[in-house]
Amino acid sequence: MSELIRRYGSSLTWIFIAFTAFWLLVLVLIPNFVLFEFSFKPYLPVDQLGGPKDFYSLNNYWTFFTSPIHIRIFFQTVLYSSAVTFVCLMLSYPLAYFLAKVVDPKSAPSIFLLLIIPLWVSEILRSFAWFIILAYNGPLNAMLQGIGLEPVRWISGFNAVIIGLIYSYLLFMLLPIYNAISSLDTNQIEASEDLGASLWRTHWRVVIPHSKPGIASGCVMVFMLCAGSVIVPSTLASPSSRWFTEIIQQWMFEGLDWNTGAAYAFLLLTLCIIFVSLVMRLLNVRLVDIAK
Amino acid sequence: MNSNRFGHYAIRIYVVIFLAFMLLPLIVMAGAAFNDTRFPSIYPWFGFTTRWFQELWADGRMWNAAKNTVFVAIAVVAFSVPIGTAGAILLNSLQARSRSIIYGIMVAPILTPGAVIGISTLLFWYKFNVPAGLHLSVLGQVSYIAAYVMLLVLARLQSFDAGLEEAALDLGASHAQVVRRILLPHLYPAIGAGALIGFFQSAENYNVTLFTRGNSDTLTVYVGSKIRSGITPTINALAFLLIAATVIGLIIYEIRRRRADAAAKLADE
Repeated sequence: MSELIRRYGSSLTWIFIAFTAFWLLVLVLIPNFVLFEFSFKPYLPVDQLGGPKDFYSLNNYWTFFTSPIHIRIFFQTVLYSSAVTFVCLMLSYPLAYFLAKVVDPKSAPSIFLLLIIPLWVSEILRSFAWFIILAYNGPLNAMLQGIGLEPVRWISGFNAVIIGLIYSYLLFMLLPIYNAISSLDTNQIEASEDLGASLWRTHWRVVIPHSKPGIASGCVMVFMLCAGSVIVPSTLASPSSRWFTEIIQQWMFEGLDWNTGAAYAFLLLTLCIIFVSLVMRLLNVRLVDIAK
Repeated sequence: MNSNRFGHYAIRIYVVIFLAFMLLPLIVMAGAAFNDTRFPSIYPWFGFTTRWFQELWADGRMWNAAKNTVFVAIAVVAFSVPIGTAGAILLNSLQARSRSIIYGIMVAPILTPGAVIGISTLLFWYKFNVPAGLHLSVLGQVSYIAAYVMLLVLARLQSFDAGLEEAALDLGASHAQVVRRILLPHLYPAIGAGALIGFFQSAENYNVTLFTRGNSDTLTVYVGSKIRSGITPTINALAFLLIAATVIGLIIYEIRRRRADAAAKLADE
């Protein structure tokens, strides 16, 4: 701190501190604390706030734990988000390796340029594109019928949601893994091959251990984006597939019960914190490695 | 050797399929903007039309939403860039333990679902009787976009030679001059990248905006409500325009990159 004052003077240092404090306190920490506090309060009309009924309780969480439907939706969200994360990892790793180490370094940027076009087109349009493709009378079924197959009712169960989630968040897995593998010295891969290691062994013992921070970062991002996704489920869900964020929206917009909404949002946040810690423990990486 | 050959082709085929998976949906969506049918699709084809573009053009709500999106994105950049830069400079001067704690708090919003950020922002300001509206959307978005700026600036600071500042101070420069003439010019590339990323992150944000916007529209919210209540190919027309703008932007970027490469090569020889 004294170093900062010496370099930039006390007034500039105070400006740096004030900006950072505004960000971390007013925009991040206190709002989350308020969310936490709200979630223990009952939902009351304005004139009863501060009255005898206005006390802390676990009732809002009780609402969740006594509702089999909400619990089921919560675990389905966890299950399908994990599955999507796993599929994204499997799809991304070979491509990330290919782009980082195999392809001619001159054409890699061009391939990337094509790959990231969907990222510039907003998330909502990405899932809308699949809404068109997967429609029962849509182009995909027309193609299936063209080659003599039966049309499939894609937008039923979780099918379409899963496809939409994979498409929307795949690049959030690819990019960190690509960055991690790029930083690996190619000589190490060649040394491993020269010493007679098979392709699998080279990946298992050399490339994957090196790319762990990228894998961790990709998994955390994709899981969080999936579990917290609002757009994809609301565009591609069928009546039989509901997402946890839809329940949160119900409390916030239809029930207008912000307190129970806060409790449910806090559950979602807790889920993400647990997932981050789990990944960090499993892959033995630090937060600094994940968020780069 | 044979299996190697096979792998060689397999991975290339995989890349092509992967690219097709990423790009074909966009082509289908953009193509449907020209099909003369109420329900957006490219098959069956009912004939070429530009009427969806005309309808989009005449849609006052869309224009209002577009205006709001740009307004919010500029405000988000105006907040995030100074905050993220200040945060990075401050973090860089901290020692091990406090550094990792502050770092954790700074990157937490990136790992927080947008719905949670939106709801906590809404409730926090509700306590101070600040009603929902786009101003809250700005604040909610800044909380995580500032973290992106911070990460970019922090990475750039690693290559900063603090000796330059020492030299300037020794030669009698004022503190303000050190920042304006030495520190900031070194950080400009990161700040520029941060501003660009922040602008587009804000423009495509849906989750935070949905919970904080009150009754105002942004483009993503507008598209979202259109998808829920009465899908029309005007959304496809909008998508076509956005994709076209992206592709043109990327082509310009690629041409400039290749020119720069060629110039660098020429300079080497």
